[in-house]
Amino acid sequence: MKKPIISVNNLVAKYGEETILEDISLDIYPQEVTVILGGSGCGKTTLIKNILKLYQPFAGSVKIFNKEVTNMDEQEFDDILSRIGMLFQNGALLNSLSIFDNIAIPLEQHTRLSKNVIEKMIKVKLDLVNLSYATYMVPAELSGGMKKRAALARAIALDPDILICDEPSAGLDPLTSASLDELILKLKNLLNMTIVIVTHELASIHRIADRIIFIDNGRLLFNGTLEEAKQTDIQEVKTFFEVGRF
Amino acid sequence: MEYRAQSLFFDGELTKHTVPALYDEFPKYSNQTIFTLDLQQVTKIDSAGIAFIDEILSQLELNPDESLSMNEMVRIAYNTFTSTKLKHVKTENKLDFFTQLGSGSVDFLRSIKDGIYLIADISYWSFVGIFNKKGQRKGSVIQQALFIGVDALGIIALLSMILGLILALQSAAQLRQFGANIFVADLMGISMVTEMGPILTAIILAGRSGSSIASEIATMQVTEEIDALKMMAINPIRYVVVPKFHAITICIPLLVTASTLIGIFGGLIVAVTYLDLSATVFINRVIEVVTIRDAIIGLGKSYFFAWVIVIIGSYYGFNVKGGAEGVGKVTTQAVVASIFWIIILDAINSLIFYFNI
Ligand SMILES: Nc1ncnc2c1ncn2[C@@H]1O[C@H](COP(=O)(O)OP(=O)(O)O)[C@@H](O)[C@H]1O
Ligand SMILES: [Mg+2]
Repeated sequence: MKKPIISVNNLVAKYGEETILEDISLDIYPQEVTVILGGSGCGKTTLIKNILKLYQPFAGSVKIFNKEVTNMDEQEFDDILSRIGMLFQNGALLNSLSIFDNIAIPLEQHTRLSKNVIEKMIKVKLDLVNLSYATYMVPAELSGGMKKRAALARAIALDPDILICDEPSAGLDPLTSASLDELILKLKNLLNMTIVIVTHELASIHRIADRIIFIDNGRLLFNGTLEEAKQTDIQEVKTFFEVGRF
Repeated sequence: MEYRAQSLFFDGELTKHTVPALYDEFPKYSNQTIFTLDLQQVTKIDSAGIAFIDEILSQLELNPDESLSMNEMVRIAYNTFTSTKLKHVKTENKLDFFTQLGSGSVDFLRSIKDGIYLIADISYWSFVGIFNKKGQRKGSVIQQALFIGVDALGIIALLSMILGLILALQSAAQLRQFGANIFVADLMGISMVTEMGPILTAIILAGRSGSSIASEIATMQVTEEIDALKMMAINPIRYVVVPKFHAITICIPLLVTASTLIGIFGGLIVAVTYLDLSATVFINRVIEVVTIRDAIIGLGKSYFFAWVIVIIGSYYGFNVKGGAEGVGKVTTQAVVASIFWIIILDAINSLIFYFNI
């Protein structure tokens, strides 16, 4: 059995008094595509943000690259973050900057690379997501799918070991979202990344998933391979795989 | 990196961690005759390494197809990441702009605690930011200063003028009855310098800049831009708030001075047309009665008003709740709260100076 690259143990997450996630334990394995499933508002985004300490977990432990991160100091954790790319649900491009400058930020922040080298890296990453023509546009000039691809280019700017995608296909038409799946798969193979992806698209799941994590009402309902998920007796999971809805 | 028989030899890792040092080292070799780059012994390479190789190739004016000696691993990475095969993109830059949204409300005790943390953070980073611009957007202070200062000047000038005229006219009728016409200069000078100039400017800025600060930050919070900044190891306060803090600190004394002078000019018009004073007499009288101390009090408190606007605007912006719906709500709350605290501060200030005199 491979060693997990992310390991979550007994994680509890709250917003104020409200408990969103209760006692979540799961492992993410290197080079795999792990799909996080669950109804809207069940806490998928919360789980990701707690793993990345964008919100401090209320209890439990998170290990990334075999290091306990929950009480890690900021500097050390920045190093960990620099090895993880995140595609936020809304893209989260900085609206006041051009696409080029958006992708430059992580490169300027996390490395001491010179301007010429950074410029070449940005152009290559934009080419990988087929967005070269939008290099000097601002986010408002892009369509939803283009924004996602630009955000994806930013997420892979530093050649991350792990890429996390929060509902990449949300708000996109089926064709665009299918091509985004293909793009993510292509990048995974090119860059040798571990992928964690939140999605509801049954078609994409069949196509890309190695492992399924199913969250319901803040609890972990199922955790196993795609094959196991298709054969499980757990009612909610079964229903989802039959009809593609929760 | 080593020079051997017309070839530049690399071994070990060629990644974002090792490239900066190699890049600094490269000029040592750049005037040698180099025909090939030998990458056979490279054990690890990433997109930064490839970009570096491409950069060297272009500096040495070498053709990548002929000058690279690579092992299999490097070749695969090179084909993925080389920028030499890219189509040319035209370089044209568009202007910055801001989208605006927001929303929020927090319970009282926690809000005070959060407020104090925020004030501490903003003060600390604003101070550090004077000396070290890392983590700040280039040119953002100037851009903000233009938005806060220049764009507000027109409306502030107009309202100060009207306020000056009203103030002088209201008192002129009374003063004339007692033949105390000249005192209009005392009244206009002292009230504009110590009170009307600062408070009028602050209230207009609260409406214009306070609302835009709150809504900009709230938008960034809602669209996860703030989280994205944190992911990239950028302190959001430093990136978003500090430039505004610096800009408003630069602008406020200029705006208050403009407002004060224009208000007094309004008084001068009334004095000349309605109270039969000459302009020289009026101006000399103003200069005589207004002390340096008055000017310092007026300007001094206006700094606090400006900081209140930034702090309250960012507080409400960062504490936005829910999605885009609460937008108008948080913006309105920030403006109302700013004006409230400006007037409270002004009252405290008046009390202090009243009892000290
Ligand atoms: N910043 C926040 N403050 C308070 N509650 C939140 C916040 N973000 C999300 N929630 C709540 O937490 C629950 C889980 O949200 P989320 O993790 O975004 O769900 P999803 O699975 O759709 O990504 C929801 O009920 C949501 O209303
Ligand atoms: Mg979500």
